[in-house]
Amino acid sequence: MSVPAPLYLSLSAVLFALGTVGVLVRRSALIVFMSVELMLNAVNLTFVTFARLRGGVDGQVLVFFVLVVAAAEVVIGLAIIVNIFRARETVDVDDVDLLRG
Amino acid sequence: MTYAVWIPLLPLLGWVANGVAGGRWGRRGVATVACGTVVAAFAVGLAVLASLSSLPAGARHVEIDLYRWMAAGPITVPMRLLVDPLSAVMVLVVTGVGALIHIYSAGYMADDDAFARYFAYLNLFTASMLTLVLAGNLVVMFIGWEGVGLCSYLLIAFWFTRPAAAAAGVKAFIVTRLGDVGFLLGIFLAFGVFGTADFGVMTRDAAARLPLGGTAATALCLLLFLGACGKSAQLPLYMWLPDAMEGPTPVSALIHAATMVTAGVFMIVRMHAVYLRAPLAMDVVAVTGAVTAIFAAASALVEPDLKRVLAYSTISQLGYMFLAVGVGAWGAGIFHLTSHAFFKALLFLAAGSVMHALGGTTDMRRMGGLARPLPWTAATFGIGALALAGIPPFAGFFSKDQILSAAFHRGDVALWAVGLAAAGLTAVYIVRAFVLTFLTPAGPGPRPDRRGPTTPQREPAAGHAAPHEAPPIMGLPIQALAALTVLGGALGLSFTQPGALDRFLAPVVAAGGPDPAGGGEGTLIAVSVTVALAGVAAGWLIYGTGTLRGSSAAVRAWLSHQFYVEDFFNAVVAAPARGLAWAFDLLDREGVDGAVMSIGRMIGWGGGRLRRVQSGYLRQYAAILLIGVIVLLAYWVSR
Repeated sequence: MSVPAPLYLSLSAVLFALGTVGVLVRRSALIVFMSVELMLNAVNLTFVTFARLRGGVDGQVLVFFVLVVAAAEVVIGLAIIVNIFRARETVDVDDVDLLRG
Repeated sequence: MTYAVWIPLLPLLGWVANGVAGGRWGRRGVATVACGTVVAAFAVGLAVLASLSSLPAGARHVEIDLYRWMAAGPITVPMRLLVDPLSAVMVLVVTGVGALIHIYSAGYMADDDAFARYFAYLNLFTASMLTLVLAGNLVVMFIGWEGVGLCSYLLIAFWFTRPAAAAAGVKAFIVTRLGDVGFLLGIFLAFGVFGTADFGVMTRDAAARLPLGGTAATALCLLLFLGACGKSAQLPLYMWLPDAMEGPTPVSALIHAATMVTAGVFMIVRMHAVYLRAPLAMDVVAVTGAVTAIFAAASALVEPDLKRVLAYSTISQLGYMFLAVGVGAWGAGIFHLTSHAFFKALLFLAAGSVMHALGGTTDMRRMGGLARPLPWTAATFGIGALALAGIPPFAGFFSKDQILSAAFHRGDVALWAVGLAAAGLTAVYIVRAFVLTFLTPAGPGPRPDRRGPTTPQREPAAGHAAPHEAPPIMGLPIQALAALTVLGGALGLSFTQPGALDRFLAPVVAAGGPDPAGGGEGTLIAVSVTVALAGVAAGWLIYGTGTLRGSSAAVRAWLSHQFYVEDFFNAVVAAPARGLAWAFDLLDREGVDGAVMSIGRMIGWGGGRLRRVQSGYLRQYAAILLIGVIVLLAYWVSR
């Protein structure tokens, strides 16, 4: 039994929207981070879907790149969050506004 | 004769030594170095004179090329010194009188804090002046010309904490700079006409290159004369010299009487071959000189300040020198330059001795009766005064008489009459100065004066109780100058043929002077001596015994304002210049600066508004990003 492609793409769109809303409405840096990951993986899903449709491997290769970059980004992002927490006892992104003009 | 290069070099070394390390070796060391270098330069000058005299008359023109200074296309300017009878005479005057004044200064400035600075400047001045007189072309002369101007400024404003002195220094610098513009343009014109500014070449080629009375010759001579006017304080650029008396008195003697102010006369004699091609310019020189002579003599009549009387007297005597060179009596001009250097330096140093005795007073209304406590000073000042008045047998008589008879013999009877009248006035004002200073009982102090207070207490007063004679280090130079004043007339002592100085200068200015055609010489001398004696008698009757009285307030006002020449300049030149400066200031501040500043203010204001965008809310940034993406997508999709 094979699931038709539009369903995958719909799922991907839903995931991306969820991630976007998460980034916009949540104030905890960790949740914002997870939402960003959600958006990245929604994009990964579209890549794989389209790769399958086209019968090539380009999209799948690209997914690997995204995964690697995302992993690196998580490492750095989490390190920053830990440091912010140590310095300011908070991970609320609205409290971190040192560069406000 | 290359060792002549040591003449300017020695004082220059003295300047470097005292300027760099003058604080280290104490006052005695400073004075020794400064006086020693000038005396040594004088000795070298004597040696140059001796070896010059051993040459045949036609060969007394030695050019010393030190190095090639600049070369541009066809124009080459070597660093060239020129040793000939004219420069030898000038070297001896500058170093001789200069050495005496250096020695005098060691006593006069003994209590000054800036002893080393003073002597460093004085040595630099001497070096510049020697460069000027030894220059082999106009460009090298210009170095010395500007150098002496700089030192004049530095030394007038020597006591720069006194506002009057600082202002006087600036005034001297700016007014002479007006003349220097003319001098510089004259140099350019000389390059244009001759392709060089070398004195030897110009003297040789003047007749060939310049048509007699042509525009080029006239313009060249008048431009150079403008420079001479500024440097030698002739009308209309005279007004810096009376104010220059703010400087120390030996400086007034050296720079503003004996040497620097005569540079203009020397320059014209040096360029005499060119001036001979421009009769009109020579007439201008002669008339300017004669008018200045009588104008300054009249101004000196009512001046209450002893040093300023001498300053006006210097201007007047310089007028005589220009009268001399204007009528082509080059030798007489240099002769009067020399004798004037003797007796005017003498008068200034004696005046300095008076100031020393009185703790710095220069106002003659507060002096009087000083002949008793200061016999030597009174006697030497008297000798200088008689020489200035033109009484035989002092030096001033011979040189002044030579000038007047040259003017008469050339047919300029009007110039001769003006010069004679100025000679009479000269006798009156110098007798007045002598009487007020040394003879009349001391006055009660300055009367209220229309011209406002003259500066009292110029020099550092060291609590002098009673007037006393100056120490020997100051007395001896005065006496030496007095001896020169008595004997100096011998340089030109002759009634029928050219005098010794004239004969010595002959190779340089051979083409120049009018033939003293003899005839009536005795009458002329009798007339000028009579006028001088009459002036002395009048001065004595007015100021000494009070027999002659009466003066008009209007005349007094005219005289004490120097015929309102300076007020005229203030109204016509200075006030419009100030107005223009004010307008430009406004334009610059409000126009140019305003445009730049308002652009800056606009950008600053815009930045202030844009700053609000940077709110610091991460989620707001993300929202803006999202909206942007949506807008882009909408655009693509709808396309």
